[in-house]
Amino acid sequence: MNYLDTVVQGVLLGGLYALFAAGLSLVFGIMRLVNLAHGDLIVLAAYLLLITASVLGLSPFVAAAAVAPLMFGIGWLLQRHVLGRTLGADILPPLLVTFGLSIALQNALLQGFSADSRRLNSGALATASIDLGPVSVGVLPLLTFASAIVVIIALNQLFYRTELGRAFRATSDDADTARLMGIQPQRIFSGATAIAMLVVTIAALYLGTRANFDPSIGPARLIYAFEAVIIGGLGSLWGTLAGGITIGLAQTIGAAINPEWQILSGHIAFLLVLLLKPRGLFPRAFD
Amino acid sequence: MRYSIQTSTRFSRVSLALAVAMVFMLALLPAYASRGLLQDMFFILTMLTLAQFWNLLAGYGGLLSIGQQAFVGVGGYAMFALVILHGWDPLAAVAVAGCAALLVSIPMGFFSFRLHGAYFAIGTWVLAEVLRLLVAQFKALGGGTGTSLPRAATRNLWGADWVKEVFDVKSAAARDILAYWLALALAAAAIAGIYYLLRSKQGLALSAVRDNAEVARSVGVNAHRLKWQIFLASAFGTGITGALIYLQKARISPDAAFSVTDWTAYIIFIVVIGGIGTIEGPILGVLVFYLLQSLLADYGSWYLLSLGVAGITVMLFAPRGLWGLISDRTGVQCFPIRRLLVQHSNKTGENSVRNHH
Repeated sequence: MNYLDTVVQGVLLGGLYALFAAGLSLVFGIMRLVNLAHGDLIVLAAYLLLITASVLGLSPFVAAAAVAPLMFGIGWLLQRHVLGRTLGADILPPLLVTFGLSIALQNALLQGFSADSRRLNSGALATASIDLGPVSVGVLPLLTFASAIVVIIALNQLFYRTELGRAFRATSDDADTARLMGIQPQRIFSGATAIAMLVVTIAALYLGTRANFDPSIGPARLIYAFEAVIIGGLGSLWGTLAGGITIGLAQTIGAAINPEWQILSGHIAFLLVLLLKPRGLFPRAFD
Repeated sequence: MRYSIQTSTRFSRVSLALAVAMVFMLALLPAYASRGLLQDMFFILTMLTLAQFWNLLAGYGGLLSIGQQAFVGVGGYAMFALVILHGWDPLAAVAVAGCAALLVSIPMGFFSFRLHGAYFAIGTWVLAEVLRLLVAQFKALGGGTGTSLPRAATRNLWGADWVKEVFDVKSAAARDILAYWLALALAAAAIAGIYYLLRSKQGLALSAVRDNAEVARSVGVNAHRLKWQIFLASAFGTGITGALIYLQKARISPDAAFSVTDWTAYIIFIVVIGGIGTIEGPILGVLVFYLLQSLLADYGSWYLLSLGVAGITVMLFAPRGLWGLISDRTGVQCFPIRRLLVQHSNKTGENSVRNHH
């Protein structure tokens, strides 16, 4: 076993998990809503990329430019007409509705695309790698990690440097007072879910180009995203990246010892953090 | 003026008597029914029991678990382990399997209660996944591919000879009859137990916590301990039911026994469509679920797709489910858990209901 290689692969895999988690974290941070269909929405975006890329004969990276506004619209409508109706003091309605959505999406995709494994064809990029002395690193994993960092920087800039971000934070702190200041919480929530769907599109792009996907894999992506958010600590996007890296490292190290232990090691790392630091490694929010 | 508190109505006393009569009639079903009908009834009754326990957690305790499959799987596997590795009679093993699920629920609760609100839900799901992956490592019980109950064990169940003689059936049918009776007893005990709990002081405390946690705490309700208690009770009941389900299936694998679709998604839809937070809801829900399944089972993913859409529609437009719609229109409650303050007027002898709570 090449230790350095395992560690590098694990860290880069963490970038993918951080991309899965960023959208989940964004929506939770602003409206305290945990979207149980988050993983299935990533898979939906991957299928939209697959259709666009194959029908128009485009590279999936170009297709993403077309799918992103579509997902943005889906997010807006979903929040406006479905999720928004469930928000309130009771946590059960949003969870039950998004759980129903998760099952419905999985089976709609199964009906539309069958259970066959698919992959987004990224041409020569799929196998390209860069030699970095002792280790050789795939270009795709490197791009994934770089994209995760860009997404996190962009979201942080949005939150802390723009008027929209101020409205996000105000609504998150106190929706009623924000309304008094002329902010429409419903529009803010729709905007947040729509932006989360842009991140979901980016996550789907790397999910689909790096490995095979089929309609059933959504819930597992939700679980990895959730673990990354909890490990990182609620409310911190850089923490979420650290959480993703923790899961990625645990999985690659586990797999290097015994391939059957890959997924299990990720979960155990999560449980260890929950045991030792129940509020995560970099907690910011109380909730 | 005198006041008294009533927790029953005339209608509820009639419906309670009807429910008891119904259980007795169902107990006699094996004398008339075909084996296919008994198997369908077994399915309905076990799903009903699982739904009642999930409803106890989510509908009354506000604890949304997506990890019920953990207890079904642990119950089923504990029963298989006792039978295959220790030579127990499967019926005895079913009872002990509930204790195994109870034991597993202690560390599970320890981890999941560290997560608040919505994250509790995904936490239970992760833990169920961990258990599935761990059980798949257990080679003595077939690892990832699973295993079957030895035929000798399922043929010589306690009481099977008597059933064979009385009903004049073969041993496979005798096993179905025994499993059906157990499922009936379990469903009746679950409903009676939950009904009793909800009408007790603990039940009142539970609804107080659900309605307003802070106020409940201010009058001395220990919400944390209550939540633990129903979490453990629900694990025990779900574990026994899981063991019984796998006694009847006689074959187990990690993917089937820890399936989130079979043991949690279906259960959630049963409760949500029937009416969450009521005892009547899951009963109505399981009948709707069975009907839908009989009608749509051949259409594969359309079936689950329509269940998902039905669940979303109910949550958005009738969050108290079908039973909520019926109850609102007619005011009927078969299993009332509200306390009614009744005023007895000394002179006229007229009673009037003052307060609902």
